[in-house]
Amino acid sequence: MTATTNRPAPGPITPPAKPNLLYRPEFRQAVYQVLLVVCLLFAFWTIANNVADNLARQNIASGFGFWNRTSGFDISQSLIPYSNQSTYGQAFWAGLLNTLLVAVIGIVFATVLGFLVGIGRLSSNWLIARICGAYVELLRNVPLLLQLFFWYFAVLKNLPGPRQSIALPFGASLNVRGLYLPAPVPEPGFGAVLTALGIGIVLSIAVAIWARRRQRATGERFPVLWTTLALVLLLPGAVYIALGQPLSFQYPVLRGFNFQGGIAVLPELMALLVGLSTYTASFIAEIVRAGIAGVPRGQREAANALGLSSGLTMRLVILPQALRIIIPPLTSQYLNLTKNSSLAVAIGYPDFVSVFTGTVLNQTGQAVEVILLTMLVFLTISLITSAFMNWFNKHIALVER
Amino acid sequence: MKPATKLLAAAAAVLVGTAGAASAQTLDKVKKQGNLSCGVNVGLAGFSAPDDKGNWTGLDADYCRAVAAAVLGDATKVRFVPTTAKERFTALQSGEIDVLIRNTTWTLGRDSSLGLSFVGTNYYDGQGMMVKKSLGVKSATELSGATVCVQTGTTTELNLADYFRVNKLDYKPVVFEKADETLTAYQAGRCDVYTTDASGLYAQRLQLQNPDEHIVLPEIISKEPLGPSVRQGDSQWFTIVRWVHFALLNAEEAGITKANVDQMLNSTNPDIRRILGKEGEFGKGIGLGSDWAYQIIKQVGNYGEIFDKNVGAGSRINIARGQNNLWSKGGLQYAPPIR
Repeated sequence: MTATTNRPAPGPITPPAKPNLLYRPEFRQAVYQVLLVVCLLFAFWTIANNVADNLARQNIASGFGFWNRTSGFDISQSLIPYSNQSTYGQAFWAGLLNTLLVAVIGIVFATVLGFLVGIGRLSSNWLIARICGAYVELLRNVPLLLQLFFWYFAVLKNLPGPRQSIALPFGASLNVRGLYLPAPVPEPGFGAVLTALGIGIVLSIAVAIWARRRQRATGERFPVLWTTLALVLLLPGAVYIALGQPLSFQYPVLRGFNFQGGIAVLPELMALLVGLSTYTASFIAEIVRAGIAGVPRGQREAANALGLSSGLTMRLVILPQALRIIIPPLTSQYLNLTKNSSLAVAIGYPDFVSVFTGTVLNQTGQAVEVILLTMLVFLTISLITSAFMNWFNKHIALVER
Repeated sequence: MKPATKLLAAAAAVLVGTAGAASAQTLDKVKKQGNLSCGVNVGLAGFSAPDDKGNWTGLDADYCRAVAAAVLGDATKVRFVPTTAKERFTALQSGEIDVLIRNTTWTLGRDSSLGLSFVGTNYYDGQGMMVKKSLGVKSATELSGATVCVQTGTTTELNLADYFRVNKLDYKPVVFEKADETLTAYQAGRCDVYTTDASGLYAQRLQLQNPDEHIVLPEIISKEPLGPSVRQGDSQWFTIVRWVHFALLNAEEAGITKANVDQMLNSTNPDIRRILGKEGEFGKGIGLGSDWAYQIIKQVGNYGEIFDKNVGAGSRINIARGQNNLWSKGGLQYAPPIR
């Protein structure tokens, strides 16, 4: 017997048989994904079922039927019309707007203060740098709640009562009940001033675009800042005076227990804004410092070599590059500030958590629904903020070539 | 049904079932763990507040002790759980506490939608208002335009809104989470008025720097029947806590006190003999020992003694018995007989 007889005759090469469906990787992956989704859905369904079951067993009301019921309580500050005859749903919006108000104003203050302190910390002036350093270390390392208590109970509570108010310029007054500002009352003809302001803004944008094009083409610079200021301030100002100053002020006056009329800024709001923005500014300052320090030295030296002034170096060379580093962590600080605003409940500011998760939860007793909505609201605010910041980040990112 | 579906259904049943077991009989749970978890106020002098040695004192705290004495035979076996106005109902609903005795107003809304049942009224209260004397205000109807400090999550917040609306007066509320913060803000002049239940006003006025500079206005703007509450669906436990309250009242009515309870054991008066478990098997009927009421009175005292010691003549707060006197002495406290 020879070996060759044992071997089958070499025929045409057959392609390997297609593996069983079970052994195909793409099929397996799909199966695992589906299984995971099913398990997750099952878990959620179980939790929901469990909660509903237990609530029913304990005779605790559930569902969102409370939304349209009369609330019966008052809120000290509301941006929408609200009284104790309004519904729980309206209380929800009133609280939400109060939180957004604090968040937006707080973010603006914190950003401005943070940039100033951050740049100040890099200053070559020894005193400014040390003061900014001390600011950051002090504010960053004391718990926020304590700082809020400090501003509210230690600082603002020492202001005099309404009858001994501190008079401020322009008819404003400050006392333990808040800051009272004169309220502007537009009179006929004020619309023209606003129109002039609108025209001024549109024109200055047009000038800025034109100036940029011309500089690209010819290299000649145009005083954009001054033109903008003139258009935005002087144009409406001229119209205002020409029309005989069609704006009057309603001044706050002491009547009965409190000041009436004008715009009242609650001391709770002031304490919360000061506390939140100074605290967050200390973190933003460090982010700004890190961003500026992260721009290579060579960039500054090159700008100096080109003969740019130190202001222009900062504005045109350093900051645009530093912003790339600054924006992502800055987003986190904005989110933090918004979420920290819920500490307002400790100092009596009617924010979303105080009004909705506090009073509404307690009057309705529907903890599950209220907490769920609260989480949803904060999630939505945070996602919108970070979506905006991501867009902004993309917009300012250097185009890599 | 496919096997897989069956399996899923079984798993679901198990998961749901486990959670359902949380609403088991409270009496067994308390006996098993050997102490009573009692939800009290974080600090309201006269009702429940820790003293300088850390012992909880007050009317509500003594009610916790009375329940522990009846159920466990030992008034010291209480785990006090301080709760804020905001947390209290959730603590009871979730089973963290066995009974809530925290100067809480009995209302229909709370009885119906919160899944709890009030067992009775251990203090008849009403909402009052306190102002600085220097304002020169003599009546609540002069308060138009005032700023009012109030605690969140209370019936107080709602009564306040009602009162000012009905009387067509303006006001601005400033709402805090804790009673201490509310009082601090009032004292600092943030508000013209501090409002809460009248008993609380009298107690908290003593905490101010100069109590004499503040007056409580004569108007009582609401009914605030304060009482203990339990979870719905456990009628045995509900009956026990309710009858602890009634035993305290009946003991006072029958003249049984902490001091004379041992002599009273030999009394021939059938009422007294029934209360102290010498006649009848009333303790057994609610799942307790026959000496349940004896233990309460021996270790804690009767209602009158508890009242006097904590909020009445024997305390710094010194509130008159008034509505909280026994029905036989012109008050509202009335208990069904033990028989």
